[in-house]
Amino acid sequence: MFLSAVGPAPTLRVRSPGGAVALGSGTRRGDRAAMALEDSLATAMAAAQAGDAAAYRRLLNACLPVIAGIARAQGVRGEAVDDVVQDTLLTIHKARASYDPARPFLPWLRAITQRRAIDRLRRAGRRPQEVHDPLAYEAHADAGPAPNTRIEADERNAALARAVAALPDGQRQAVEQLAYAERSLEEAAALTGRSKGALKVNLHRALKALRGTLARDKEGGDA
Amino acid sequence: MPESVHESLVDDLVGGLAPVRRLSPPAWRAAAWLAAVLAVAAILMPMADMDGLRMRLATPDLRIAALCAGLTAITAALAAFMTSVPGRSLRWGLLPLVPAAFWVSASGLGCLRGWLAPGTTPADGHAMEGCFAFLVGVSLPLSVLLVVMLRRACPLHPNLTAALGGLAAAAAAATLLVPFHPHDATATDLLIHAATVLGVIGLNGIFGGRLLGGGPDAGVRARND
Repeated sequence: MFLSAVGPAPTLRVRSPGGAVALGSGTRRGDRAAMALEDSLATAMAAAQAGDAAAYRRLLNACLPVIAGIARAQGVRGEAVDDVVQDTLLTIHKARASYDPARPFLPWLRAITQRRAIDRLRRAGRRPQEVHDPLAYEAHADAGPAPNTRIEADERNAALARAVAALPDGQRQAVEQLAYAERSLEEAAALTGRSKGALKVNLHRALKALRGTLARDKEGGDA
Repeated sequence: MPESVHESLVDDLVGGLAPVRRLSPPAWRAAAWLAAVLAVAAILMPMADMDGLRMRLATPDLRIAALCAGLTAITAALAAFMTSVPGRSLRWGLLPLVPAAFWVSASGLGCLRGWLAPGTTPADGHAMEGCFAFLVGVSLPLSVLLVVMLRRACPLHPNLTAALGGLAAAAAAATLLVPFHPHDATATDLLIHAATVLGVIGLNGIFGGRLLGGGPDAGVRARND
């Protein structure tokens, strides 16, 4: 009876209030120990229903390895076993009024533990597992620049260079010296032989002309 | 496994221990619910059409349908209470299937009789509205009572238990309807009964599953945190 109560493991050791007991070996001694454990758990649960805290503590501590064994038999592994143990302890507490001392305790405990183990396995199965998900891997966005970023930048630079080349000489020189080369007005005036005022006026007119040219290019491109 | 990780939870549970009143065996609790159904029947009985009832019960298929609806209510209630207790076999859920199958079949035979025998009186829309209101009105309080009684046992399979409870409430309501049914069964009649019964079972499955279910922590973890 006890073998079926704790799952298919051929041998399971549980720590009873009286010490470690080997179960499931099929020997008469093991059967007697299992019966003794069953009786002691049923008695402890009956006492706990009446409010005996010491008996309840003994019962819960004796249940810990049994619950873990049943959870492992259900396929729960690693730290999830501890989660199942905790969930089962909470359910035992909540459902303790439903235990009938006239019936064996371990099937009652096994039913609760198996249910909580299945709940835990289902929750684990619903979690996203991206490492093993080829679609998610393929669809993951690259943090780097998009492939067409460089092409668009080259196209914008070429359009600007064409627009600058089409400017009158004075305006083109002002753009090349003050904007491209980032020279000061004094340096640009010395290099071009033009006054600082003329350079400022030419730069202003060049920017206005470029704005108009590039806007027209953009409209033409969009069309 | 290190048992120390569970020590604090064990301390909390032991600290929160209070004496509990042991639940009665499931069969007794099912009997208590069925007694409530009988009490409803006793309240309604003065309004029953007893002459019509005797005439209808003289017809074999109506008699079998009424008997099987009653048996479905009894077996479904017993199965619901059995499956609500941890450690009881879930095969109890199969118990009401046989009477439910006979109930549906006998009601179906009633429809065939209605088609084959031209003298039968079909139900009009007003009567059907009355049937629908009766079924829902009786099922609802019986379902609420059943959910309250079932949730005390902490069902581990709340959807199954709730569906069985819904079937019990719907079958009980259909049984109580028999003395008030003003007409013979027809296809439309069976359809509206089936829709109502399925609706009651479905609502119980949806709401009862949530009301009955809950994880292991309902009311316990919150107090311990």
